[in-house]
Formats: sequence, structure tokens, C-alpha cells
Amino acid sequence: MNAYAPIFVLALLAAGFAVFSVTLTSFTGPKRYNRAKVDAYECGIEPTPQPLGGGRFPVKYYLTAMMFIIFDIEIVFLYPWAVAFDQLGLFAFIAMMLFLVNLAVPYVYEWRRGGLDWD
Amino acid sequence: MIGTGAVVAQTAPLLAPLNAATGIFQYIWVLIALPLAGAIILLTTGSLLKRWGHIIGVATVGVSAILGIIMLLEMMGRSADDRAFGQTAFTWVFAGQFDVDVAFQLDQLSMVFVLLITIVGTLIHIYSIGYMAHDPDRKRFFGFLNLFIAAMLLLVLADNYLLLYVGWEGVGLASYLLIGFWQYKNSAAAAAKKAFVINRVGDVGLSLAIMLMFVTFGSVTFSSVFANAGEASDSTLTWIGLLLLLAAAGKSAQFPLQAWLLDAMEGPTPVSALIHAATMVTAGVYLIVRSNAIYDRTVFAATAVVVVGVITMIIGAIIGSAKDDIKKALAGSTMSQIGYMVLAAGLGPIGYVFAIFHLLTHGVFKANLFLSAGSVMHGMNNGVNMRRFGALRAAMIITFGAFTAGYLAIIGIPPFSGFYSKDKIIHAAFEQSNIVGIAGVLAAGITGFYMTRMIVMTFFGKARWEDDAHPHESPPVMTIPLIILGFGSAFTGMALVYWGDIETWLTPVTGLEERELAIPTVVLEMLTLATVLVGVGVAIWIYRRSVPIEPPQKVSVLTVAARQNMFDDAINDVVAVRPTWYTARFLVWFDNRAVDGFVNGLAAAVGGVSGRLRRIQTGFTRTYALVMVIGVLAVLTALGLVMLP
Amino acid sequence: MDDVLIAPDIDYLAVAPMIIVGVTAVVGVLVEAFAPRRPRRGIQLVLTFGALIAAFVVLISQAGTRVITGSLAIDGPSLVLQGLILLIAIVSAMLMAERRVDPAGDAFSPRASALPGSEEERVLSTRGFMQTEVWPLMLFAVVGMMLFTAANDLLVMFIALEIMSLPLYLLAGMSRRRRLLSQEAALKYFILGAFSSAFFIFGAAMLYGFSGTISLPGIADALSANPGQTPLIFIGFGLVVIGLLFKVGAVPFHQWVPDVYQGSPSAVTAFMAAAVKVAAFGALLRFLYVAFGGARWDWQPALWIIAIATMLVGSILAITQTDIKRMLAYSSIAQAGFILVGVIAVNPEGVAAVMFYLAAYGFATLGAFAVISLVRQDGGEATHLSNWAGLGKRSPVLALSMSLFMLSFAGIPLTSGFIGKFTVFEAAILADAVPLVIVGVIASIIAAFFYVRVIVLMFFTEPAEVGPTVVLPSVFTTLVLAISVAVTVILGVFPQPVLDLVEQANVFLR
Repeated sequence: MNAYAPIFVLALLAAGFAVFSVTLTSFTGPKRYNRAKVDAYECGIEPTPQPLGGGRFPVKYYLTAMMFIIFDIEIVFLYPWAVAFDQLGLFAFIAMMLFLVNLAVPYVYEWRRGGLDWD
Repeated sequence: MIGTGAVVAQTAPLLAPLNAATGIFQYIWVLIALPLAGAIILLTTGSLLKRWGHIIGVATVGVSAILGIIMLLEMMGRSADDRAFGQTAFTWVFAGQFDVDVAFQLDQLSMVFVLLITIVGTLIHIYSIGYMAHDPDRKRFFGFLNLFIAAMLLLVLADNYLLLYVGWEGVGLASYLLIGFWQYKNSAAAAAKKAFVINRVGDVGLSLAIMLMFVTFGSVTFSSVFANAGEASDSTLTWIGLLLLLAAAGKSAQFPLQAWLLDAMEGPTPVSALIHAATMVTAGVYLIVRSNAIYDRTVFAATAVVVVGVITMIIGAIIGSAKDDIKKALAGSTMSQIGYMVLAAGLGPIGYVFAIFHLLTHGVFKANLFLSAGSVMHGMNNGVNMRRFGALRAAMIITFGAFTAGYLAIIGIPPFSGFYSKDKIIHAAFEQSNIVGIAGVLAAGITGFYMTRMIVMTFFGKARWEDDAHPHESPPVMTIPLIILGFGSAFTGMALVYWGDIETWLTPVTGLEERELAIPTVVLEMLTLATVLVGVGVAIWIYRRSVPIEPPQKVSVLTVAARQNMFDDAINDVVAVRPTWYTARFLVWFDNRAVDGFVNGLAAAVGGVSGRLRRIQTGFTRTYALVMVIGVLAVLTALGLVMLP
Repeated sequence: MDDVLIAPDIDYLAVAPMIIVGVTAVVGVLVEAFAPRRPRRGIQLVLTFGALIAAFVVLISQAGTRVITGSLAIDGPSLVLQGLILLIAIVSAMLMAERRVDPAGDAFSPRASALPGSEEERVLSTRGFMQTEVWPLMLFAVVGMMLFTAANDLLVMFIALEIMSLPLYLLAGMSRRRRLLSQEAALKYFILGAFSSAFFIFGAAMLYGFSGTISLPGIADALSANPGQTPLIFIGFGLVVIGLLFKVGAVPFHQWVPDVYQGSPSAVTAFMAAAVKVAAFGALLRFLYVAFGGARWDWQPALWIIAIATMLVGSILAITQTDIKRMLAYSSIAQAGFILVGVIAVNPEGVAAVMFYLAAYGFATLGAFAVISLVRQDGGEATHLSNWAGLGKRSPVLALSMSLFMLSFAGIPLTSGFIGKFTVFEAAILADAVPLVIVGVIASIIAAFFYVRVIVLMFFTEPAEVGPTVVLPSVFTTLVLAISVAVTVILGVFPQPVLDLVEQANVFLR
């Protein structure tokens, strides 16, 4: 168990710091509530106006966001492959191409079915 | 065991290997296939064949009966050690060390059952043509009856316990379908369900017994289980014996699982006659006698069988004495008579043969009594209340004659059939123990009482009919089977003793043992007969003049108990129904509310904002997640406890 | 350049069934993208059935293959279970293809994104829109399932788990009728499924931390090399097993089952109930037998408790249900408990018994849900039990088939369920788990009660004044019913060929 001791110490320190700072600010900080303070994001940006009766975002927003994430992750895979291209050889090349094709298919689907039209 | 005398003669069962089925015996499977085919045709053809359905039903069972008789004659022509045949249809389950065939065994024991089932079955089928003539679903009725016959034949012809279990479930299913046949009556549907549930309790016994046999012997065929029974430990054999007894008690309506039989009388009367008197309810006796190799080696289980038999014999007779419903009175009587058989089966080699002997005679005379009762009901607008019968002997003379034959048979007046079989059981009981013997004599006396009460209330005295009753004799299609069964009630006993020599016939399967008795047989017979006559006399004395139309309320505690089926429903309710129901309700509540409440409470306590809780509409998901987390912690704790030293 | 990646040696023929289904699923997405609306459904049907049947044929030609290729183990159990998954998929695809029972079209919402009850939805419905995406989604789920049974390392197992689950989350939310219930079910399934996946991957990480490998045989080797116990093993093992137990719906990870079964379209529920169980039990078996077979004494007690709880809770809770789909959900929980009894045996008989049980249960389930999809009222399914009163009068054939499936679930002889229960209990007895078998028998007695209640309702109860109508199905559902009835009877009366098959295929390659 000795090998894990530093982890426990670190965890205790981290938890202690979190508790300490939250408690301290709640005791020392001034409490001046206003509209911006009670907003969902307290960092100054106005949230998107929402339709009446529920907190729905337009589905389009999710589509764009998902598209971003998909291509973002693609880059994560492509970078190491590109760096080590010489060592990896033909098998990895084919595998990567298949991966790209697989990624292109849903993209094409979304595009053809109007997922990229904002209106 | 006060009365235990010295052993006079002893024959062990013959454990000879089965002969290959040749000649006529190649067609053992046809015995089952015919009624099964009939059932399939009748149940699947819809409105087709509606007018001829009953003919198919009767014909298939009838041909099976004829085939059975031919096989009997063939079998009688052979020597005693050459009468058992085995036939394998196909391998059913062969997995790992487990090997079960769909295979049949026809020996002396199954032979008599085949005859009882098919012959009585045919007569009851014929009777049903008349009894169910006006029922729009008559074809379905015959389909179910055929299904029952096929399953019952499978039960007695199986060569292993697993296939027997198939038949066992099959007769249960058919019985269940037939009890609930008049589904528009709520009581019928409820009775069907009750029969099914109680039977399932018995089935637990049978399936556990089969598993235990498989573990112990590595096989579930009769031949290998019996051949190796000597090698198993005493406790194992006792457990198997007790589990089989539980199964037998469920199917044969023995204490403490007797409750369903009285309710089962909601079914059509031919069903009560065939299934709930003559054949299916005796399956438990068959099971015990068939498993003689096990009971011979475990005194404890065998004694338990005797105890169960004695208790049921007495309470069945008492219930039969208090019921005003003619069918329920007969049902009580059936319980009591099967109690006799179970008692005899528990006596071991002294009694096996006589258990089966009484089973056969009872099958005939009880079917006779039930069908006569059905004939009475048929003439009385389907009334069953004996307080509204009376003086019917003139209106339905054939029915009266048949009923009287059955009556004399069941109370055991010589030379009617019950005399031979019941006296043999009482005799065997005295060979074993005086107490059991005395209980047998006592029950015979009560039998005399309730049967006389029944016949007096129904056929003698003043007419107490309802205003619109016009009693009349039933059509020939019903009375002819009655006449045949009436003669059967009279002569089956004699025929089996003098012509069939049932003792010698069955001994190779069951073994036989005779013991010395302190008192001569004749004295014992006289004693029994005298007790019966006392019972008859008391009944005549009480019911000689008038019978009140409303049942009297100022009665003894025993009568109240008997009218309530010995408080059986109440006991079941307290012991089984309520606990199960409350457990289920509690689990549901726990699943839906308790955990949720816990979460909500937790959230409220932590957040301190209970107002927001109202906005949580689909809070259940987190409940589920919480349960999962609790489960995770529990599993990890359990694993940790085991895995960490 | 000595660290060149060595390309894995892949037996493409052995994995061809998965490739066929997977490629067809991708092609199906392209069809959705490019094909005009009208012929789309036809093309998808041809693709789906073509791919499933082709994959099955190729699979049959692979019979007897025993090879470890990359991270996949193609051996007896995986071949049998993959074949079973394909068969179940073919039959449930027929159920999904049914268009005649619902006057508005098939069982799926014309556009899942439309608000339930909105004008948009009504317009789409009346214009005959169809959601043909269900076909590629189903194929993706099938690929995941097949992969799940063959996965020989924890990472591939996890990926398979996700490929299988994600399409199912979507399919669960696509019901045309009772949209809100359906969407709620989908969301619940998704959230709790993601939760359980997290447990799985966390456990996999723990096991990697202990053994330095993610391959199942590697973990087994590491276990035998280091017999000393550390918390990493049991926490890792526990979390992975919990992830798998969630998918089979074992207590206490069962609570999603009733909601999801009730909310999903019946065709999808049937597919889920039958096929997911096959895949998840396949993976569970492989994980327990290959990686932890040597350490069975350590985990058996915990799984004993889970199996007993699953059998009893499933059976008892089913008694009080009033909705037939919920009742079948609890019944499926109880059945999972019975199958767990065979899993716990840890012997070849147990593997064979589990596979047989899965086949028996799978087809009876497909049949039962097919019947449910035909009993309708006001356009939707009449799932309240009271609606089933007197069905035997209205439609005897349907009621008889339903009775057969119920009897099979209850384990009555001459049905497939009886043989299944018997083989499972036999395997447990051989493993000296007699108390487990006794609980199993008692639970099956309790369970028999509510199965029989359905039969009572159908045959022994007078129908209500305004009862449901029994819709005459097209050839698809008729075929499903016929196949399910046939399999249930054949596996009950002549089970030997299938028993031989599972017995030959009862050893995991490692």
C-alpha cells in the first residue's frame, strides 16, 4: 500500500484546498446579488434567448457542435499517424483511409439531409 | 407398531430388464398418439367439423381402449417375468452427462392404468356427448378431454421420471383448462387458478426430486434409479421420498395440498368424474407405488406417506359428511378414498398391490357415482344442492340403480367391488399398526354415514324440488355408460380377485409381503362391516324424516369446520397467499417509492431547496442511477470480502 | 527503424460476417443520403435482409473455425452466438418491416425530431413519411453485438458495447405511438447506459493497471502469475462485470428494463430483449471464463447473490404488473437470473446450456412481442392486461401462440423453455450449486403464476364490451409468429440437434 500513499496525500490536499477556498470565499466575500449573478453562466455572456415553456436549444446547434467534435477528434487521430507515417506502413495507411471514409459517410448524410442548412 | 406380526410370505419386486417391444407391443406409442391426434384435430380446426367433433373424440379414445385390451390379453398369455416391455421413440435430451429418451414402459402396473384410463375414459366421453349436447363449445371440450387422456397415458407409460413429469404437467394443464371450461362463471376461473397454483407447489416437489435423482444416480430412468437405489445414502432417499410425496399430495389432493379439489367441482361433471375422481387424482398413488424401490428403503418417508394418507382419509370423510352440494360431497369422498390408497402405498410391500386394487375399483365406482350425480343434475336444471333433491328414485330409475350400485360398492357391502379392495387395505393396515387399522375402520364407518346421507337426501324422503324442476331420466347416450359402470361397480372387485388375480399380477412390479395377524380375517371383515352399518344406521336415523331446505345453523364445531373445508382456504391465505402478496407489494413500493423518497429526502437535506423538487418531473432516472451505485458498492464490498484475505 | 508497426495478421474470412453487416450499414447511410425518398425503403429492406442472410451463410461456412485474429476470438461460442444474433436480427427485421398493422404506416415515428403531438408530426404522418434510418441503425447494432461476443480484449469489448448500445438508444425513442413514453425511455436508457459504460471502462482501466494488458487471456496469465490479491483486481473485475450485468438487466442494475421495454416500439423491444441478451451474455461468459475462470472461487459468491436476487425480484415484481410489456420486462429480468445460474456453473455444460437457453428465450420473446404488436386499440397497442381479456374468443390462433410462449417462459415441458431451464439447472448441479437450483425452481414456480395469468385472461375471462381489435398482419409478422412457434415447439420436443450443436461449441478459445 505504501506505493499509493502519495496519491492519497495528493487527493487529501486537493480536496482540502477545494473545501478551504469555497468555505473561505463564502465567509469573506461580499454578497451582492444581481441579475447577471444568478444567470446560468456568470461570465457576462447573455445565454441564447429560449422559447417559452422549456429550456430547449435549437437542434441545429447540436448538429453544428457535434460536427465540430467529430472533426476535432479526427485530427487527434490524424496527427500521431502523420508524425509516425514512415514507421507505420501500408496497413496503417489503409486503416486510416477507411477511418476517413467512415467519417465522411455521416458527413455526407448530414449534408444531403439538410443538416447544414441553418434555416 | 403394536400389531406387527411375523412375516408370513415375502416376494421382492422383479427388476428384470425390459423386453424389446415386439408384436402388438410395437404400438405402445399409438395408445398415446391416437388421443393426442384427436386433441390436435379438435383444437385446431376451428369451426370446421363442428358437428362431428365428438365422434372423433370418442373414436380415438375408444380405439386406444381396444388396443389396450388386446395388449392385456397378449400380456396375460405370457409368463410373469416376461410381461414388461420397453420402447424408445427417440432421444429427447442428451446433454453432458444427462441422457433422457422419449421412451415408454408397459408393464403390469402401467397396463392396468392404461385400461382404467381408456375404458373409463371412453365411457365418460360417450356420456359427455349427451351431457354437453347443448354447449356451444362441445368440440373444444372434447379436445381438452382427449388432451387429458393423452397426457395421462404418457404419465403412466413413461419409462423415466422426466417424461412422467411431462405427462404430469400435461394432465395438470388439461385439468386446469377443464375446471375453467365454463369461464363465464367467476368461480370456475378462480377454481382453475387455485388448482393450478396448488399443483405447482406439488410440482416443485417432483422437479426437485428429479434433480436429486439425477445428482445421485446420474440418470432418471425408472430402471437405473431402482437398480441403484440401494447405493444412495439414507438421507438422500428420504429426501427423494418426501419430495415425491409432496408431488403426490399436490396431484392427489392430499393433506396439506387438498384445498383445490373441492373447488375443482366447478368444472363440468364428466370432468369431475374422469379427472377429479377416476384417473388424474390417482396419479400421486401411481407415483408412490411406481417408486416403491425408494420407499422400501426409507422408513421415515414411508411413514410420512401413511400419516398423510390417514389424515386425508379422515378429513375427507368429515368434509364429505357436511357438504350439501352433491359434487362437493363426492369430492370429499374422493379425497378420503385416495387417502386410503396413499395409506396403503405407504405401508410398503404389504400395501402397494392393494393401493392399486382400490384405485381401480374406486376409479370405476367413483366415476359411476359422479356420472349418476351428473345425470341427477341434468334432470334438475343443473342444481347441485341435495337439500332441494329428494324422492328422485321414481323419476330416474336407471340413474338410481347405477347410483345404488356405486353406493354399495363404496361403503363396501359384499360382494360389491369396494368390499374387496377396502377390506384388503384395512387388513394390510392392521398388519402394520393397530392405530392405522382402526383409523381405516373408522373412516369406513364415516363413509357409510356420508354415502347414506347422500343417497337418502337425493333419492328418498319427500320431494323438496324447486318450483321449476321437472326431474326426468337422461337420454340413453348418458344412461348406457351409467349402466355399464353400474355393473362395473358391482363386479370389478370380484373380477379382479377371482379372474384377474390382481395380487399375482402386480407382484413382479411392486413386491408383496404378508404378515401374521392376531385376529382372523373373517372377524376383521365382520368388524368393518358392522362399523359401516352403524354409520349407515346413524345416517338413516338422522335423515329418515325431513331434511330442512336451509342448512341448519346451530351445528357442531366439526360441521362448521367441515363446511369450510376444514378452514383450508383461511389457512392457505395466512400461510401462503398473504405473505407472497405483501412481499410483492412491498417490493413494488420499495422500487417505486422508498428509494425515490430516500433520494428526494437526501436531495432536500443536502440542497435545502425543497421547493425546487416539485419541478423534477423525471426524477426517476437518478433514482435508478442511485440504485445502481448502491448495487455497485454492494457488489464491490461482497467481492472485496471474498477476495481480500 | 526497428519499431515498425507490425500489421496484425487478420483472418478476414473468419470476420467476414461482421464486415458484411458493417459495410452494409455504412452503405445504408449512403442510401439515406442519396436515394430519392420513394424507393428508399425498398432498397433498405433489400440491403438489410441481404446483408443479414449473406452474413449468416458465410458464418455457416465458417463452422468449426477456431482462430484468434487480432483482438477477436472466433471460436465455438462466438460462432454459435453470432449465428443466433443474426437469426434473431432477421426475424426482428421482419417485425420492423411490418406496415399493415398500424394504419398510419410502420411502427416508427415519421421524424423523431418532430415534437410529439405537434402539427408537424401530424402533417408528416398524413403525408406518409417513414423513418428508414432504422435499418442502418439496426445493422450497426447487430455489428456491435457480433463483435461483443467475439471480443477478446477489454477495449474491443468496450467499443462493441458502444456500437451495440448507441443505435439501440435511438431506436428506443422512435415509436410512432406514445411518443413521450418512447422518448423518455430512450433518454433513460441512454443516461443509465452511459453510466454503466463508465463503470465498465473504469474497471477495464483498473484491470490494465493490475496486469499491464487488456487482453483477456493476458489478464488470466497475470492472475495466475500473481496469486496475491490487490484491490485493483476485485474493483476492476467488479466494475467490468457490473457494466455487463447492466446490459443483461440483472438486479440491482435492472431498473431501466421495464421503462425501456414499455416505451420502445414493440419490434425494437423484441430485438433488444432477444439479441442484446445474447450478446451481453456472450461477452459476460467470455470475460468470466477466459479472464477469470481460474479465479472462480473468488467471484462465484457475489454472482450467486446477484443471480438469486435477479430470479426472485424479477419473478415477484412481475406478479403485480398490469401492463403486458412491463410484465414481460420483469419476466426478462427473471430469465436473466436463470441464465446467470448457467453462467455461474463455469463448466462447458454451463456454456452450452446458456447458449441453448438464449436461443429458446430469444425466439419465444420475439413471438410474444409480435403478438403484442397485433393487439391494438385506438390505433396503438393495447398493452394493459385488462385489454387482453377474452382474446382467446376473438383470435384463438393468436391466443394459442401467446399461450405457447408463456408456457415456454414458465418452463413447462415440451416447450423450449423447459429444456433450457433443465440444461441450465443441470450444469449448475454439476458445479455443486444445488441451493442455487432450488431457488431457481422456486422462482420458476412463482414466475409460472403470472405467465399463466395471461393465459387465464385470454381464455377464461369474458371479453370487455369495447375490446381491442386484433389486426390481421402482413406476411412479415405472420412469418415471425410461425417461426417463433416452430422454434419453441421444436426446441422443446426435438432439441437434440441444437443441444449437439451447443455442446460441440462450448469451449472458449484462449
